[in-house]
Amino acid sequence: MIVVSFLVFSLMYMMPGDPIDMVVDRKVSQEKKAEIAHEMGYDQPFLTQYVNWVDDTIHGDFGTSTRYKTDVWGLMKERIPYSLQLCGWSLIVELIIALPLGLLCAMKKDSFFDRFTVNFSLFLTAVPGFWLGALFIIIFAVELGWLPISGYAGPEYFVLPIATCVLTGMGGTLRITKSEVLDVINEKYVTTAYAKGLPKRTVMIKHVLRNSLILVTTLVFMSIPWLISGAVIIEKVFGLPGMGNLLLNSITVQDMPVVQAVLLLIAILTVLCNLASDLIMGVLDPRIRLSMAGGDN
Amino acid sequence: MSEELLRLENLSIDYKVKEGYLSAVKDVNFSINKGEIFAVVGESGCGKSTVAHSIMNLLPGGNETITGKVIFKGRDLREVTEKEMEKIRGKEIGMIFQNPLDSLNPVYTVGSQVAEAIELDKVDKTEAWNRVVELFKDVKMPDAEERAKSFPHELSGGMRQRVMIAMMISRNPELLIADEPTTALDVTIEAQILAIIKALKEQFNTAVMLITHNFGLVAEVADKIGVMYAGEMVETGDVFEIFKNPVHPYTRLLMAALPRKTKNEGRLQTIEGNVPRITEKKPGCRFANRCPYATEKCKTEDPPMVMVGEDHMVRCHEIGKEEK
Repeated sequence: MIVVSFLVFSLMYMMPGDPIDMVVDRKVSQEKKAEIAHEMGYDQPFLTQYVNWVDDTIHGDFGTSTRYKTDVWGLMKERIPYSLQLCGWSLIVELIIALPLGLLCAMKKDSFFDRFTVNFSLFLTAVPGFWLGALFIIIFAVELGWLPISGYAGPEYFVLPIATCVLTGMGGTLRITKSEVLDVINEKYVTTAYAKGLPKRTVMIKHVLRNSLILVTTLVFMSIPWLISGAVIIEKVFGLPGMGNLLLNSITVQDMPVVQAVLLLIAILTVLCNLASDLIMGVLDPRIRLSMAGGDN
Repeated sequence: MSEELLRLENLSIDYKVKEGYLSAVKDVNFSINKGEIFAVVGESGCGKSTVAHSIMNLLPGGNETITGKVIFKGRDLREVTEKEMEKIRGKEIGMIFQNPLDSLNPVYTVGSQVAEAIELDKVDKTEAWNRVVELFKDVKMPDAEERAKSFPHELSGGMRQRVMIAMMISRNPELLIADEPTTALDVTIEAQILAIIKALKEQFNTAVMLITHNFGLVAEVADKIGVMYAGEMVETGDVFEIFKNPVHPYTRLLMAALPRKTKNEGRLQTIEGNVPRITEKKPGCRFANRCPYATEKCKTEDPPMVMVGEDHMVRCHEIGKEEK
């Protein structure tokens, strides 16, 4: 965390251009600029600025946006729900589609269905999100007029962004599920499950999928930061008033407090996701639960 | 005589491999009666497990071709649908696998995995659980109630094999296929597991197909023996008959290779050569390259199954001649 916060801070510090230029008009005199910089603390040495920022952040004060002249936390609070909804729904839809597809692909390995699905999802993964998003806007919003182009005024504004997120992110999950299922299918306990007379469906869901999910869940949780970074671009493309949009806009106008706060939040989320994936793995796999409890037989 | 339960007729299994195909099992014939322990003996890789898995229709892969008949209670299991097979597995034929260490699902408690099988017979959960605890006591599991709540990794190999046995006898199958049930276990546990299998036979009249490469084990429990070599059943017969009077050269050499009780006999006897990998359809005895009695005929003609005594069949040219 400390490393991340430091990196974020220094990157912003090293960025070319003077943040003051973005605040004030060109015509303002050098003296006046220096005065403003002093007021905002930009004239202090780098380390002092960093320590001040960390101190404020720990106390819940993310500073004041240089552009909006308002509290950064206030700005983020308005936007977080949109981003959370976009990422959350994308993740849910992605899992609902990718898990069963992965299972089916593994069961019908090397069939036409399997090859088509895997290659198609691979293709979608390779396509950049902003391009697919733009394509969707042209097809569904402009040509067909089914869905709104951009902005946010109701749930229907979410459909295209979520679809874009899901389609570009699905490939990874699908392939992981497939390869995990293929691994588990050859395990001896699956043969045992058949041998005791369980029908194929039960074996597949209760034994194969259940055991594959241990690794899949972990990897999915660890991929959430990827989803978030992808969503940053998608939000911009679809003009959703979320965190990603805020971040990109703030970067262009060098609104340092906002950029730092958003990046820090994403960093925290990444760490939390990794922690969550470890904990979930423990819940799903009793062998790990044992070693976490510190015991061993 | 008691009623016939399972009969294999000319069962052959070929695998497709790079060089063409691999004949894993060829023309295997044998039958098991109710309440009988039939031991299949042979070297590693001679097709014992393949035969066992094919009876249950549990061969993995899908690149194999199976011909012949597997007749169980008058029905050819090669003909039944997968749905019907599901009803036979566990309920009428149970199967215990070679390695108990990875035959149980690591994420469920062992008790729930056994209960899962019992619940297939529309038994409610509490009753199924009580049955599980009872079964665990039957297989001499120490501390049955507690152990049922354990996960597989918390149990030793012997205990896991007991769980497997409990699982497979939970629905009282008429035939139990035990595929090298004690290979992965140490000798003291082996004796206990065998005792359980034997008790099972006496208590429920369960027939057992015991697959092993351990002759000592065979002498201990089996009623009949089938000796397999390179995918072929070379000799079948009554256990006493075969131990007293082994006819096929391979069986004889196997017997000679057994460690004796007396000390200082020097090196153990071995059979020269290796098991051939049969990848082309070529007539001839599969043991010919290692057989001390082999003639030209053995290398060019498939030996027939010859009756040498009551229920005692041998696949050999030379022996057939002697008898005549």
